[in-house]
Amino acid sequence: MSAILIIEQVLNGLQFGVMLFLMAAGLTLIFGVMGLINLAHGSLYMVGAFAAAAVAGVTGSFVLGLIAALIAAACAGAIVEMVVIRRLYKAAHLDQVLATFALILIFSEGTRWVFGSFPLFLDIPDALSGPVTLPGGIQYPLYRLTLIAIGLAVAIGLWALIEKTRIGIQIRAGENDREMIAALGVDISRLYTIIFALGAALAGLAGALVGAIQSVQVGMGEPVLILAFVVIVIGGIGSIRGAFIGALLVGLTDTLGGVFLPELFKLFMDTGAAQKSGSAIASMGIYILMGLVLIWRPTGLFGTRA
Amino acid sequence: MKHLLLATAAAVFCAGSALADTKIGMITTLSGGGAGLGIDVRDGFMLAIAQSGRNDVEVVIEDDQRKPDIAVQLADRMIQSERVDIMTGIIWSNLAMAVIPSAVNQNVFYLSPNAGPSQLAGPGCHQNYFNVAWQNDNLHEAAGSYANSADYTNSFILAPNYPAGQDALTGYKRMYEGALAGEVFTQLGQTDYAAEIAQIRASGADSVFFFLPGGMGISFLKQYADSGVDLPVVGPAFSFDQGILQAVGDAALGVVNTSQWNKDIDNPTNAAFVESFSAEYGRLPSLYASQGFDTANLILSALDKASPSDADAFREALRAADFDSTRGDFAFDTNQHPIQDIYAREVIQEGDVFTNKIIGVALEDHSNVYADQCKM
Amino acid sequence: MRLKETYLNAAVLLGLLAVPLFALVTDEPFTITLVTRAVILALAAVGLNIALGIGGLVSFGHAVFFGLGGYAMGILAHHAQTYTAMDFGAFSIAGTKVMPVIWVVAVTLCALVALLIGLLSLRTSGVYFIMITLAFGQMFFYFAISWAQYGGEDGLSIYVRNDFPGLNTLVPIQYFGICFVLLALALLLFHRLQNAPFGLALNAARQTAARVETVGLTPMHLKLVAFVISGVITGLAGALFADLNRFVSPSMFSWQLSGELIVLIIIGGVGRLMGPVIGACVFVALEHLLGGLTVYWHIYLGLILLSIVLFARGGVIGLLTGKEGAHV
Repeated sequence: MSAILIIEQVLNGLQFGVMLFLMAAGLTLIFGVMGLINLAHGSLYMVGAFAAAAVAGVTGSFVLGLIAALIAAACAGAIVEMVVIRRLYKAAHLDQVLATFALILIFSEGTRWVFGSFPLFLDIPDALSGPVTLPGGIQYPLYRLTLIAIGLAVAIGLWALIEKTRIGIQIRAGENDREMIAALGVDISRLYTIIFALGAALAGLAGALVGAIQSVQVGMGEPVLILAFVVIVIGGIGSIRGAFIGALLVGLTDTLGGVFLPELFKLFMDTGAAQKSGSAIASMGIYILMGLVLIWRPTGLFGTRA
Repeated sequence: MKHLLLATAAAVFCAGSALADTKIGMITTLSGGGAGLGIDVRDGFMLAIAQSGRNDVEVVIEDDQRKPDIAVQLADRMIQSERVDIMTGIIWSNLAMAVIPSAVNQNVFYLSPNAGPSQLAGPGCHQNYFNVAWQNDNLHEAAGSYANSADYTNSFILAPNYPAGQDALTGYKRMYEGALAGEVFTQLGQTDYAAEIAQIRASGADSVFFFLPGGMGISFLKQYADSGVDLPVVGPAFSFDQGILQAVGDAALGVVNTSQWNKDIDNPTNAAFVESFSAEYGRLPSLYASQGFDTANLILSALDKASPSDADAFREALRAADFDSTRGDFAFDTNQHPIQDIYAREVIQEGDVFTNKIIGVALEDHSNVYADQCKM
Repeated sequence: MRLKETYLNAAVLLGLLAVPLFALVTDEPFTITLVTRAVILALAAVGLNIALGIGGLVSFGHAVFFGLGGYAMGILAHHAQTYTAMDFGAFSIAGTKVMPVIWVVAVTLCALVALLIGLLSLRTSGVYFIMITLAFGQMFFYFAISWAQYGGEDGLSIYVRNDFPGLNTLVPIQYFGICFVLLALALLLFHRLQNAPFGLALNAARQTAARVETVGLTPMHLKLVAFVISGVITGLAGALFADLNRFVSPSMFSWQLSGELIVLIIIGGVGRLMGPVIGACVFVALEHLLGGLTVYWHIYLGLILLSIVLFARGGVIGLLTGKEGAHV
């Protein structure tokens, strides 16, 4: 196993990780500020991907598709917040789980009703397609490098938003004491809608970006949702920094585990069996990671409250 | 509340259920992930029923949501309450394994329009079970055979880590004579193949064989095309059927895949099928649609000779396979699985539409290796 | 008009008996199968209700036990039907097709696994507990998918239902009888637990853990015991479910199934004796009726669930009796 292959796999893990971060950031913000478990976050990811595929299909422009994804997901998020979620902030976690589970059903079947059962087409823009040669002779797809860059840019942007802006102060205050900021005259319901729409837009962005290299289909959001939950739980719920670290850990564990575990197993068993059992353990890898983290730190790496 | 979806034909010919002499139960996947396949099988099947103009056949259609427990429950109802004579429709091998053994043991005929798990072809075969599509290994074997004819000597092979995936790699290796540059099991439902593609790049292979049905295949092909790795790819038809090709786009162009059917197979039945399917549903048929269509025509041909109530005569009529298949020559082996040609196809673009063109026969009059293990 | 909960409970149980008997008279065997399905799902949810409703433990991984019960049945029956023994190297065990034996195995297995998962998971609470139980569910799910020896993702098929001494389990009404009796026993146990000192202490631990500690009890122990009992009952349901379908597959371990069990309880009423039973009946009926109307029935199911959360806090029981469900 050469150094080049290892570096390439680490890049793959990073790229997977930053895309998970886009999902996890919204999820953890919504939980941190509003105390809401939003299972329907994966549906917003799907909405973004479908909006991008539909608009890019009509206009032929990937950038327009991305913009459409952001707008569609943000709008869907804002509408859902105003119509349903707003009534759930005071409800028990269980009610939130059930209501947002119901939203998944409505979103998924609604999308299928509108777009049909077959996957949609969304392609990488020409300018970003194909591989580039990195220092050291590594061939790596330009689009994936772009994804890493976008993910890191969003992470920095979010950090700046929360640390440096007025709305960021309100968000941080909201995480600490909801009643207090309402008492200080902040329009709390508007703040909640904005946070929800922001989280939704990030999910939609992730859906559109990833949709270009994967399959745009109904149900694409749920596996990612589960992974995003794993990420925020590892990182500590409510912590953006935790989500970032957690996302990279999950991305790297999943990618590197799938590659290196079978190789490791080959040292002491025959090739076929090593392949099978290695990939079996690798598929459980991130859940084992999460279990270990929680047993070690019951509120995640950067979490403060349960 | 009966949920009967009467055959379109039966509706046109004003046939109530009281008139129907033969009742066919179709359990297939119509909602959730993978619904496209079930919809194609259903549409192909119903097209044949409509074209037959028979008003004595009633089709009860149910959606299994791709869940084995729902499929079993629906099968129980069809057998116990609806009292169907014949069942068909299941797409997925795991659902087939859940339903078929108990159905055929309750004296119902089962004709599989898609799944062909090896258990049911070998020791678990049954006189009431017919497969009208293929044994699961067939298309992979054909891919291995094509790889030999294309002089590939160092293949990298990958499939998801589940029984059908393990069978796929076994099937390929059964025919393929070259060396293996690598053998990888991916996760079922995996959407990112960057890691595997990096391994392919580093492996020094001269070709890639993959079996990744549904959305997995779309993701793999798009990412592979973008990676700059330009080794030739070969795979079974499942990742290149009409339903998903449009979602893969350019990335699939030129890829060779193996199939027992294509829309350009030159026979009058097939030409008429492609034309009438496109006219009826406004889209090109897929191989699943052709399998549904053939299944219905096989049943109709047997009904012309005998009634399912005379089980022995009906079974003989099915075995004769005396119908015009869209695939041309079609016969059953002793374990009641098809003997048929399997073609190598290439993905091409016709105007705006991506589709397949036959480039050669990969395996001629091919059966399956399990026939010897079947004792009826 | 508000119903008394006792009358409602009695009516539900009678209804659950009457429908299959009516179906028997009118020769609608499938209706019996459908009710049996509801009864088994209800049993699984009664198990979860002990952890969730009394103990406040939102386990998003109860499919682990449902699946373990299912696989206990599947593996034992598979070895019995192929006349092979399970080989553990030093010793081997023959399979069996006798239901009570299978149940004992399933229950023991689930108790051990629940003890282990409980010990690890109960270190966390709240959302972290939800997620760590989910993580265990996913581990079992992926393990079952890759376990080629027992069918992997294809699952295991059993050609004939297992035997119960003195009964013909293939007759729908007789199998329904077995499941109904087990459900009744589980309900009795739930009722006893809820009103016994153990249940009261557990309930108190859910609301204010500190108070329980001051009287000398350890909330952790109470919760662990509740979690184990809960897992055992859900596991028994899994074995029955597998026998109903004569089939097991990794989907019994899926997170969707864990979610469905929670949904059943919320529909009926959290912490209510008959909550899971009502929830399971409503769910199976919706699935059956809506599924026949349109292939897009999930939309309507979603809308109905949403209305329950928004307008019927406390589930169907809360709606009918005016009592709110337990706050979790």
